[in-house]
Amino acid sequence: MQHAHTLSVLVEDQPGVLNRVVSLMRRRSFNIDSITVGHSEQPGMSRMTLVVRGEDNEVEQATKQLYKLLEVVKVTDLPEADAITREMVMVKVAAKGQSRSEVLQLAQVYGARVLDATPTTLMIEATGDEHQIDSFLTMMRVFGIREMVRSGKIAMGRSSAGTRSRADVSTNGVYAAAD
Amino acid sequence: MVTAQRSPGQAAGKSEADPAAEPEILTGSEITCRSLEAAGATTVFGYPGGAVIPLYDALPSSNLHHVLVRFEQWAGLAADAYARATGEVGVCIATSGPGATNLVTALANAQLDSVPMVAITGQVTQALIGRDGFQEVDITGVSLPVTKHNYLVQRPEDIAPTIKEAFYLAKSGRPGPVLVDIPKNVFVAKTAYIPPTKVGRKSYQPTITPNIRQVRLAADEIAQAKKPLIMAGHGIILSGAEAEFQQFAEHTGIPVIYTLLGLGAMPEMHPLSLGMMGMHGHRHVNRALEECDLLVNIGARFDDRATGRLNGFAPNARVVHVDIDPAEIGKNVETHVPVVGDAREALKMLLAEVGEGNHDAWMRWIDGQRNRVLEAALEDRPEWPEPYSIVKAIAEATDHEAIVTTDVGQHQMWAAQQFGVRYGTRWITSGGLGTMGYGLPSAIGAKMGRPDLEVWTIVGDGGFQMSFNELATAVQEQLDINVAIINNGYLGMVRQWQDLFHNHNYSEVRISAPDFVQLAESFGATGIRVTSDDEIRSAIERARSIKGPVVIDFVVEPEANVYPMVPPGGSNSEMVHDPQTPQDQE
Repeated sequence: MQHAHTLSVLVEDQPGVLNRVVSLMRRRSFNIDSITVGHSEQPGMSRMTLVVRGEDNEVEQATKQLYKLLEVVKVTDLPEADAITREMVMVKVAAKGQSRSEVLQLAQVYGARVLDATPTTLMIEATGDEHQIDSFLTMMRVFGIREMVRSGKIAMGRSSAGTRSRADVSTNGVYAAAD
Repeated sequence: MVTAQRSPGQAAGKSEADPAAEPEILTGSEITCRSLEAAGATTVFGYPGGAVIPLYDALPSSNLHHVLVRFEQWAGLAADAYARATGEVGVCIATSGPGATNLVTALANAQLDSVPMVAITGQVTQALIGRDGFQEVDITGVSLPVTKHNYLVQRPEDIAPTIKEAFYLAKSGRPGPVLVDIPKNVFVAKTAYIPPTKVGRKSYQPTITPNIRQVRLAADEIAQAKKPLIMAGHGIILSGAEAEFQQFAEHTGIPVIYTLLGLGAMPEMHPLSLGMMGMHGHRHVNRALEECDLLVNIGARFDDRATGRLNGFAPNARVVHVDIDPAEIGKNVETHVPVVGDAREALKMLLAEVGEGNHDAWMRWIDGQRNRVLEAALEDRPEWPEPYSIVKAIAEATDHEAIVTTDVGQHQMWAAQQFGVRYGTRWITSGGLGTMGYGLPSAIGAKMGRPDLEVWTIVGDGGFQMSFNELATAVQEQLDINVAIINNGYLGMVRQWQDLFHNHNYSEVRISAPDFVQLAESFGATGIRVTSDDEIRSAIERARSIKGPVVIDFVVEPEANVYPMVPPGGSNSEMVHDPQTPQDQE
C-alpha cells in the first residue's frame, strides 16, 4: 500500500548536495511530498527531512539509492508512531471589524502567534503536525487567506538513536553487519 | 549552508608532507599531471581545446602517454575499454562545453556497466562561471545522473586530493565513472604540491566482506537445491574473482549461465558453462532458468535484457543474490538471501561453507534442452560468409586468446552467442547502455592497455560508420588491431525488430556505406573484402600477419536474424526461433 514515509537524511554540507538528492529522487521516479533542509547538531552536516510517498519496498529502494550519494551519511525512515513531526505556516488573513476578534480567538485556540497587523489583515504563524495545520487553515479560509507560506515537514524520532542503521540496509534488513 | 565550499583536501585527504622538505610550487596543470601519475595512470585518451590548453602545456613534460582521439566520446569509450582490459582506472580528458558534453555518452556507458573511469574536463575561468561564458556548460550538473560522483575544483590546492579521491571512488566498491571539472584559471594558478597521503570519506564505506550469517544462509540454500543454477555477472570480472568463481562452480557442481557482461567469468568451454541467458540467450539456458529451483546470482543486476518479463523469470526458483551494491538487492527481482559484498570475498567465504556436490541428472536434463538442430545448422556453410562462421573463425584462429570487443547490434549478439569467451577481461562490449560506435574506440583502448594481446573488434556497418574516424587514431598510434565488419547493409537489429514485431515495415534501416576497403586505405590502414565463405579464414590470417590496423569488410546476407529471441516484454520462456530452422522434437 502507498503511504507517506518520513526520511530523515543526514548529509555532508557540500555544494550541490540538495541538487544531488532531489535529482536522484526525480530520476528514479520517487515522489517527494515535501523537503526541508537545515543545519544539524553536527558542524559541517545538514539534515534533510523528505516526505516520500510509495510502497514500502519502493521507499526502501529510495533509501538505498540515497546511501549511494557520497554526501549522505545516514538515512532514517521514521515510523509515524515513533516520531514527532512539525510544520509551520504563515498566513495573512483578512480581519477587520467583528471578524478580527474571531480570528484572534481562533489563533489562540491553535496556539498560533500574531506576527504583524494592518488595519485590514493579521499575519499569523502556526506550528503543529500536518493535521493541526490543515485544520487551522480550514478555519482561516472562512475569513479569507490573502497570502500563505507553508514549510515542509521536519521530524525527529522519539528514541535516543535513529531507528535504522547503514548496516541494516546493506544486508537488506535480515541481519546487521555487526552480528 | 548547502553552498559552503569544501574540498576533499579539507576533510579526509589531509596532507602529511615531510616537514623537512620544501614543497614544490607547481601550476594546477602540473599538479593534475603529477596526481594522475601518482594514481597510477600511464595512458590518457583526450582531445585538447580552449579550457584545457594549460593542461596540454604540462602534458609533454609528464610521463603520461596521451592518445589523441578524433572525437571526445571515443576518448571516453577508449578509456572505458582500457579499464575493462586492464582492471585499472581509465582516464580521459576533454575541454569545457562541447568537449565535456561529448563525454556524456561515455560516462553513461561506464556508469551502467560499472567501469572505473576518471574524466578530467576543463571549465571556463572561474570569473565566467554562471555567466554563459564561451564554451561554458555546467558539466557537473549535466553529468550528475551518469557519474558515480563528480567535482568542480575551486582551488589549485584542491586538485591533488580531489584526483586521489576520484580514483579511489572510481575503483572501490561498485566501480564507476568520476568526473573532475577544473576551471582554466585553476590550471594556471600556482601552489605548493603536497601529495595527499590519505583518502576516504566518512559517508563512503562500501561493504566488501559479507556478513557470515548471510553467507551461511546462502550455503543452506545451495545444500538443499535439487536444480540450482549460477548466474554469473560482470561483478565477478570487476572484482577479479574468476579463479574463485571457477573453484566455487566446480566444488558445488552447479551449472553456470552468463549475462552478456558475465561472459568469461569462467571459460565458456568448461563443462559446467551453459552459455548466455536472456533475450538472445541459448534455448537450453532459458529453459534451465524456467526449471531451476535455486538461482545464485553473483555480481549481476538482473537487467531486463537478461531477465525478460519479471513475473515469468525463474518462476520456480529461490534467489540468492551476491552484490556489492545493496541497492541492487530486491531492485528488480525478489531476493530470498541477499549477500552484500565483493564477489571475490563472498566466493571465498561461500567456498568455506558449501559442500561438494554434483548435479549430473540436472545437467543431463539441461543438455536435453539444447537446440541440436540449430547447432547442426550452424555448421552448414553456405557460399556467402555467415556471421556465425566469421565469429567462430576469429575465435578459432586466435584460440579464444585474443581480446574481442564489439559494437552494438546483431553482430554483438552473434559474437556473444558463438565466440566462446575464455577470459572476462578479453570480452569487451557495451552492455547496459548499448552504445553504438563502441567497437573501434574500445579496440583502441584495449590495445593501449594490453599491447601484448591480439585485439579484434567485431562491428556492424552501422556502428562502424559512427566511429570509423578513429582509424586515424589507430594509424597515428600504429596500433595492431583488426576490425571485422559484419556488413549487411542494414541497421540489422532494428531491421530485425521491424521484421518480427512491426509487420516487416523497414523504416530507415537500409544504410549505404563507403567502400570500406578504400576507406581503410585512405586512412593508411589495410582493407580486405570478403564475399565468400571460403575466403574467411585466409582473410583473418592475412589480417593477423599485417602490422597496423586492418579492416575486413565481410559482406554478409542482408536479412539474417539473431535467434533465438525473446520478444520485447516477453518472458524468457517465450523465445522465438528461426522459422527456417526446424526445431528439435520436445
